[in-house]
Amino acid sequence: MRRLLWPLLVLAALLAVNLFFTPSFFSVEMKEGHLYGSLIDILRFGAPLILVSLGMTLVIATGGIDLSVGSVVAISGALACLRISEDGGVLSAVVLALGLCVLLGLWNGFLVAGVGIQPIIATLILMVAGRGLAQLITDGQIITVNSPSFKVIGGGYLLTVPFGILLVLVVLGVTAFLTRRLALGVLIESVGGNAEASRLAGIRSRGIVITVYAFAALCAGVAGLMIASNVSSADGNNAGLWIELDAILAVVIGGTSLAGGRFSLGGTVLGALIIQTLTTTIYSVGVPPETTLLVKALVVAAVCLVQSPKFRDKVFRRAGPRASSRPAAEEKVRVTA
Amino acid sequence: MTTAILDRLGARGRSVPAKYVPVLVTAGLFVAMFVAGGIRYEGFATGQVVLNVFIDNAFLLVVAVGMTFVILTGGIDLSVGSVVALSTMISASLMAGPGWPPYLVVPLVLLIGSALGLVMGYIVHAFDIQPFIVTLAGMFLARGLCYTIGTDSIPIEDPTFTAFAQTRIDLFADLWISPSVVIAVVVVLVAAYVLHYTRLGRTVYATGGSEQSALLMGLPVGRTKVAVYTISGFCSALGGVLLSFYMLSGYGLHAVGMELDAIAAVVIGGTLLTGGSGFLLGTVLGVLVLGLIQTVLSFEGTLSSWWTKIFIGLLLFVFILLQRLFSARRRI
Repeated sequence: MRRLLWPLLVLAALLAVNLFFTPSFFSVEMKEGHLYGSLIDILRFGAPLILVSLGMTLVIATGGIDLSVGSVVAISGALACLRISEDGGVLSAVVLALGLCVLLGLWNGFLVAGVGIQPIIATLILMVAGRGLAQLITDGQIITVNSPSFKVIGGGYLLTVPFGILLVLVVLGVTAFLTRRLALGVLIESVGGNAEASRLAGIRSRGIVITVYAFAALCAGVAGLMIASNVSSADGNNAGLWIELDAILAVVIGGTSLAGGRFSLGGTVLGALIIQTLTTTIYSVGVPPETTLLVKALVVAAVCLVQSPKFRDKVFRRAGPRASSRPAAEEKVRVTA
Repeated sequence: MTTAILDRLGARGRSVPAKYVPVLVTAGLFVAMFVAGGIRYEGFATGQVVLNVFIDNAFLLVVAVGMTFVILTGGIDLSVGSVVALSTMISASLMAGPGWPPYLVVPLVLLIGSALGLVMGYIVHAFDIQPFIVTLAGMFLARGLCYTIGTDSIPIEDPTFTAFAQTRIDLFADLWISPSVVIAVVVVLVAAYVLHYTRLGRTVYATGGSEQSALLMGLPVGRTKVAVYTISGFCSALGGVLLSFYMLSGYGLHAVGMELDAIAAVVIGGTLLTGGSGFLLGTVLGVLVLGLIQTVLSFEGTLSSWWTKIFIGLLLFVFILLQRLFSARRRI
């Protein structure tokens, strides 16, 4: 739990900034049986990022990385919209799109675990080719669809709560159950710690790695459906562009190491919320659009710095007995680093 | 074709040390691709086509050299593309607005790039934050600075600058190169010297091989890590200057995604992302392979932009797969 302390503090600080600029920021109200409010918006617009980050967390836990999720987001939305615009069967469109995403994920997993290509390059292939594939599906155009039942996925409500938030809760619940209540999480962490040692210990490393890439692609696929449904259109060019970087950032802010071997689902959700809140804050505070990236860079740097134990040690030098014991501790860190 | 290469490798087999195999495989595949292109397209198998690959990718080559240093220590630098864009932006705006002369602007740009790298390297080293994240923040920062300077493309009209950019250096038999190529080649040679014949180079390999062992041997690991990010920042800035020669404009959207090209080039060249293993020659070949893929696609003509992306992905896949197969076979 202590690992989550700093992300929580950062999120609280960001929300406080919002409260300062918009006093009514925390108010949530009911309109026509739906929940409305800035906090709900953060959750609603952050839902795709949370989903993608969840998948990314497991991939990173195995010591890999998945750069292709942005392209998978675009492909999923494009295929679903194409299918709906052709004959209107929403369910078949969703199943088809998610099926293709799982296939793409299996392909990534096969390249990493089967062929043995370094994950960053293996998924770079699909990142480049997948963006082209999405544009091929949409024929370089933006496909708009007019389907109320498809609209539900990203823009609808169920029991007054936006459907997207519920979807995230379900995926989060299932993932948390599978990885923390069953042995799967430990297996993933052990593969991330040392794939070869895990294999010798009797764990099917390959199967685990392929599974997490398929899961990451599936999550990205659902996120793609959400994004496409929210705007009722598919844009092969721009849907999910650079979402992989935000997702990786969310995972790391949440305390998961890129070296693999351990992960924190709660931390990832917090990380994704921090990034979404930051985006909302930048807009609500009224930063000119040219400097949004600059602000983002500074906040990200600050968040990462404040999370680093070494930085806190150097900047917030504590007086008293801890200061005298520090050299010894530092020595130990240097040897085990 | 490929079996011939395989046979050649197999025949020479034992005499080639295992560490050179990935580079040799990349070289073999590059030649194979060039020959295949020569058979398929008219006017492909000429010296100028190879030189054009150099001319069109001189900036990428310089950036990839910096990236090689970083990856050899086991790090990664995602900021390079943005620093390239920032360099074009700063040069263009300083020459267009206050009318600064190039001989002031270029050193300033190189200094800014190195300083950015230095700061990122220091953060990576001093606060133990993962390089991926630090340089990602650096990427946002540099790109953000570009947009703060201006959101439009700024043309470069300085006479000295444009004259230098349009210079053609004639070689023998109607072949020519641009001054950028000369600069890139010099950078490669200096970098190769530093990596293989200096203490810094030795420490770079040692740090990437095992940081802990390097520390225990008393090598200056921290200083080396800061140094490689500074080198990468410098190379990115220089790459940006070369790109402004090539484009004759500064624009915040230049070189989007170039970091991935640079990483791909380094990895195709046989360098391991975990660090400690790889050669600069491999990186050069990696850049050439990426450039040749572009050339093949331009000779193919009539491809829509999405087919181009799909083909780049496919060729990348085939290439990495072949390289993987050959290297794996050699190792057994």
